[in-house]
Amino acid sequence: MKKLSILFTAALLAGTAFAGSARAGDELTVTSWGGAYSESQRKAYYEPYMAAGNKITEAEYNGEVAKIKAMVEANAITWDVIDVDTATALQGCAEGALETIDWAKLGLDRAKFIGAELMECAVPTIVYGTVYGYDTSKLAEGPTTINDFFDLAKFPGKRGIQKNPTVNLEWALIADGVDAKDVYTTLSTPEGVDRAFKKLDTIKSEIVFWEAGAQAPQLLADGQVVMTSAWNGRLQGAIDNDKKPFKIVWDHQGLDWDWWAITKGTPKIEEAYRFVAFASSVGPQAEQTKFIAYGPANKDAIPGIAPATLPNLPTAPDNLKTAFNVDPQFWADHGDELKERFNAWLAK
Amino acid sequence: MRAADGTPLKIKLRQAEHREVMRAFLLIAPLFLFIVVSFLIPIVVMLKNAFYDPDIVNNLPQTTELLRQWDGKALPGEEVFAAFAADLKTASKARTVALVGKRLNYEIPTLKSKVTVTARKLDKIETGPWTEAVIAADPIWKDIFTWAVVKRAGSSITPYYLLSALDLRQGADGGIERTPVERRIYLQVLGRTLGISAMVTLLTLILGYPVAFMLATLPQRTASILMIFVLLPFWTSLLVRTTAWTILLQDGGVVAQFLHVTGITWISNVLGFMSGEPHLFKTRFATVLAMTHIQLPFTLLPIYSVMKTISPTYMRAAKSLGATPFHAFRTVYVPQTMPGVAAGCLLTFILCLGYFITPALVGGGSDNMIAGFIDTAMNNEGNWGKSSALGFVLLTATLILYYVYNRLIGIDKMKLG
Repeated sequence: MKKLSILFTAALLAGTAFAGSARAGDELTVTSWGGAYSESQRKAYYEPYMAAGNKITEAEYNGEVAKIKAMVEANAITWDVIDVDTATALQGCAEGALETIDWAKLGLDRAKFIGAELMECAVPTIVYGTVYGYDTSKLAEGPTTINDFFDLAKFPGKRGIQKNPTVNLEWALIADGVDAKDVYTTLSTPEGVDRAFKKLDTIKSEIVFWEAGAQAPQLLADGQVVMTSAWNGRLQGAIDNDKKPFKIVWDHQGLDWDWWAITKGTPKIEEAYRFVAFASSVGPQAEQTKFIAYGPANKDAIPGIAPATLPNLPTAPDNLKTAFNVDPQFWADHGDELKERFNAWLAK
Repeated sequence: MRAADGTPLKIKLRQAEHREVMRAFLLIAPLFLFIVVSFLIPIVVMLKNAFYDPDIVNNLPQTTELLRQWDGKALPGEEVFAAFAADLKTASKARTVALVGKRLNYEIPTLKSKVTVTARKLDKIETGPWTEAVIAADPIWKDIFTWAVVKRAGSSITPYYLLSALDLRQGADGGIERTPVERRIYLQVLGRTLGISAMVTLLTLILGYPVAFMLATLPQRTASILMIFVLLPFWTSLLVRTTAWTILLQDGGVVAQFLHVTGITWISNVLGFMSGEPHLFKTRFATVLAMTHIQLPFTLLPIYSVMKTISPTYMRAAKSLGATPFHAFRTVYVPQTMPGVAAGCLLTFILCLGYFITPALVGGGSDNMIAGFIDTAMNNEGNWGKSSALGFVLLTATLILYYVYNRLIGIDKMKLG
């Protein structure tokens, strides 16, 4: 009898556990990049959305497309809506890991979104710049150009770069004298790739890698590096919120997007669409610029941005002078082999 | 002889024994199942993924079927091109063209975009001749080598991943050659992994052996208190200890400040040992240091528990027979601790081979060990075949070492206490 009652209790417990997970299933899981960026999304998107009676669970990743693919292949989808970078959006779309976006269902005008025409499976959310920054309390006469980033004689010390070839290879070529508009034609040739890696070799001894976006300002704050590449909003966040004496160098910033994508086959597709539509609407898009210095992808949100924030956005005219667009097609075509080569290069 | 119910006693006994065995089996069944599900099946899947890749045969079924008869001497015939065009059209609809391109791109970089472009152009063409249409879409299809790669990749059992994990590849003629120098990395990484592991094992032994000896010979009360100093770090999360080293070693961190305040930095600069402030963080030194710290208890504890079992009378006997203390220690005591030393060192060495987070956090780019590359291949490159092949190489290296160890020392001599 005692045995039976134990069994019964166990069954009951198991039952409640299942019921618990089923309840948790009503929540939409939104995955993003963590740190200051997730914080801005929390304040501008998640909190107002939840105040209206919806539930959101947050998750974090570093842009690993393989994790999304694994979820779709195993049909065990735990992330419903994902903030993806351009390369992930293109690859995930081509390999069938992301839903094709039905703009009519979103109820938004595709023409109002910067870059929306480039992507089948994602809705643009922000425009960001990959820039580099330094600590003015350590370098009074700071670097001003991308050449300075590669100049160890003029500015000795460690440099932080992202563990990803995107923008790094472009900068290497620009610093080696390639005109910004010819960067992708040069990188399309084997000689061009060799040239970029050769230029990176010149600073290799002083390179420190970062992976999560929040690591870059941290490296600078800890004094681990004298300068580091970073996403502009992360550096601006450290300047505004943590009162760090950092300065952003806008020379040859690499402009790129972040996108909302919906995981293929998610059972919560209706909720996912509802959330993406909300997060892409004018009010929340303008609201987000209060918390992070990224440009809203929804053009209608631009008039709602506070005037003080405007010069800090990557889309401000002064910051755009030498900017280049990170070419999504180039990285979709060559990302695989360049990533592999980059990983081999950094390990040598 | 019969039991009370009339069955022969022998059978009755066997039944009773059988019940006992079944009960024992039921007791271990949860663990057995757990090991099968969480350990054996993943290893088998990993080994399978290192050799098995059906992406091409699944997505280009007609083409691979026809290419099987192709001799590889001249360009394939019209029927192959027609099948290829038909396969690509199907793949376009199913959104699997990218998978075909991704796999072929491993062997011919740039093929990914060319496959996509070819598929896009062929979608608009309804009738043949297909040879011209495919070659017009991209001239790479005129190249016999391209078709040789398609044929090779079309077999679902492929040596490609394992070869690439050993810095090798199949050339145009199918012969095995080394990969281009800028991609030749994995043998170096394997050597580095073995080297760092050996170094850490040796350091933990040098540091751990005297401590274990002291703990084993001190009075129980004192030894118990000192033991806490060994166990406390052992109970602390690996991540916490690694992060602690980050704080200690970083530029301008605790160690650097100490060296600065005590004047060691200045003296070393004057004497020319180093220039400027020390750079300890993100170096091989930091990797080995942090790993040694983390692994120390794993080497120390087996040695300690073996030492506890050694009776002090042996040493006394040796001394009474005229041996000096050192001689007695070397010839009588140390050989008896060898089973513990062997167990501790093997444990540490094998654990070190799989280190991932510590080298990634405190080591530089060139201190990344093989486990780091398995992660990169899986999460960053999305190349599961390669990560499985690297896992296969690591597993094989571990088994070989285990075999050599068994031959040299004998696994039955190993003692954890």
